[in-house]
Amino acid sequence: MRTQDAHPVRVAWLVIAGLLAFMLLLAGCGGSDSSSGGEELTELGKGEGSLNLISWAGYVEPEWVKPFEQKTGCKVNNKVAGTSDEMVQLMRSGQYDGVSASGNATARLVDGGDVDPVNVDLVPNYKTIFNDLKDQPYNTFDGTHYGIPHGRGANLLMWNSDDVKPAPTSWDVMLDPEVASQYRGKISAYDDPIYIADAAVYLKAHEPDLGIENPYELNEEQFEAAVDLLKEQRPLVGEYWSDAAKQISAFAGGDSTVGTTWQYQYFALQEEGEPVAASPASQGFLPSEGATGWSDTWMLSSEAKHPNCMYMWMDWIVEPKINAEVAEYFGEAPAQSLSCEETEDPEFCTKYHADNPGFWKRVYYWQTPLADCGNGASDCRDYNDWVQAWTSIKG
Amino acid sequence: MASEAVVERRSVGHRLAGLLHGRPRLQVGALLAGPIGWLVIGYLGSLAVLLAAAFWTVDPLSGEVVQGFSLENVETLIDEPVYRSIVGRTVLIAALVTITDAILAFPIAFYMAKLASRRGKAILVVAVLLPLWSSYLVKVYAWRTMLSSGGVINWALDPFGLHGPGFGTTAVWLVMSYLWLPYMILPIYAGLERIPDSLISASEDLGASPLTTFRRVILPLVFPAVVAGSIFTFSLTLGDYITPRLVSNTQFIGNAVFNNIVNDLPLASALALVPIVVMIAYLLVARRLGAFEHV
Repeated sequence: MRTQDAHPVRVAWLVIAGLLAFMLLLAGCGGSDSSSGGEELTELGKGEGSLNLISWAGYVEPEWVKPFEQKTGCKVNNKVAGTSDEMVQLMRSGQYDGVSASGNATARLVDGGDVDPVNVDLVPNYKTIFNDLKDQPYNTFDGTHYGIPHGRGANLLMWNSDDVKPAPTSWDVMLDPEVASQYRGKISAYDDPIYIADAAVYLKAHEPDLGIENPYELNEEQFEAAVDLLKEQRPLVGEYWSDAAKQISAFAGGDSTVGTTWQYQYFALQEEGEPVAASPASQGFLPSEGATGWSDTWMLSSEAKHPNCMYMWMDWIVEPKINAEVAEYFGEAPAQSLSCEETEDPEFCTKYHADNPGFWKRVYYWQTPLADCGNGASDCRDYNDWVQAWTSIKG
Repeated sequence: MASEAVVERRSVGHRLAGLLHGRPRLQVGALLAGPIGWLVIGYLGSLAVLLAAAFWTVDPLSGEVVQGFSLENVETLIDEPVYRSIVGRTVLIAALVTITDAILAFPIAFYMAKLASRRGKAILVVAVLLPLWSSYLVKVYAWRTMLSSGGVINWALDPFGLHGPGFGTTAVWLVMSYLWLPYMILPIYAGLERIPDSLISASEDLGASPLTTFRRVILPLVFPAVVAGSIFTFSLTLGDYITPRLVSNTQFIGNAVFNNIVNDLPLASALALVPIVVMIAYLLVARRLGAFEHV
């Protein structure tokens, strides 16, 4: 018997060769799959009893999920994502009913056929949403609504108030190599290609010769300048973060003293009693250059197994009282205009400029960089270039 | 009536038994069809599909995957200096982790296999296995807290005027060495257990010094076990991306795969080819060194 057995190594080679052949066969002849745009729902049915969401940290919290579950019978399962790329990837798994997508994910989700149009007539609270959040290029495509606005805000500059004095008023503490070098190894930057736009916002203010208009529409020269700035920043960065918990622990443990952040981490650190500060309301929450920011949209998956529950959720989250609660919890401007009368802090909407369209001109909502610059030329760097550049920045 | 049904049922069983009787190949085939099918379709098949994607490309305008044979991604990996340094760094750390674990694991495994009492042996086996019962993420976060500038490592080193490594590549090396150590100890322990004590006594009786006994008797016999352990530590380090993300700013192959997976699946697949190629090369070298001769 023994002599009949093939030599194990020869068998191993055979398996590898077979695998390679199968692989090349697959590579050569791929099938084609087409994504079909779904139909909008025309009538709301009964809830399906469960709802699977993808959201940003702090968007789906027990305070407003529990009453939703009681009211609709839809049991909420939530998955927190750290970046827009992660959200797109999770949505493509087809396991979820909806997502709180930022502008740098929405176009990709619509193009990829991952989300369905939303019939806003089935979302009664949609009517009273702030007008400057409706029909925007990141939530409405070819005149079709693809979601319900959730709220908006700016990315913050946060610092440790014991270590950083006087209080900075510019992003130069992170991005000007000379100023930033005093915080070498203590700088906390967002770990996502979209962070290149933060450098572009800074250059827009400090290097007008580059002629940057929109930090997401960068031609080759502007793009190179932004990437070079981040390569100079690289040795100074203590940590790139993409999950909120990691950044909170870095600020609490003294590993980071200055960084870009969301209100969520800022509030969490304040609650822990850490000495952190961010641009105060008197400065409009923004450093002098302005800031990147987000305007988020709840979108409905094209493979949703619980579309009725998702519609109910989209209406619930912009219900005046709930949207006020959501906005105050996270620290963002509510999307619902009626929420301003429901906030615990009566001044909340004023502080967060909810009803002040002029303020938002200095906030550059995340959007997907496309080759088409919007001026007819298509010489802008697209998102793929951003991803490759981000890999080379981090080295 | 009832007895007829029993006869009927029995005859099905009988027929099956008759079919299998005297056909050992069929018996083995029926027994293995499930697991082998699962292995081939579930593991190798999906691996082949993933790797086939390495030769596809992404249309720059629509961002959609174009299915056709192209070496573009492989060229990108070779031409772009950033990917070369990522691969180099990953392989280097994987090698360092493997060497560190082998050095740490050997004395522990030797004590467990040859010196400890029965009771001590059992306690040590449990002690080695125990860390595997807790969540990977909890362990990495614990290291993150320990390594942070206000953490326990800096606190302990401070009286000596020293500083901990902080977050960075060194931290990745430390944490990975910690995480995968049990995967090195257990195979070496099993390998040492199989060496009869009489061989060691014989070597001593024939006048070999302890060092010679180790070098000429123990090491050659236990070498396949070390290689088995090193396959675990090496490949687990090659594939990990969460530890580098949590305790450093540097990118490993896994991080580069993660960065590209949404926008450029083919490039991510091409990156996933790298650890496989490295592992094949590694196994070939191990075979050269005679690691599989006593298996």
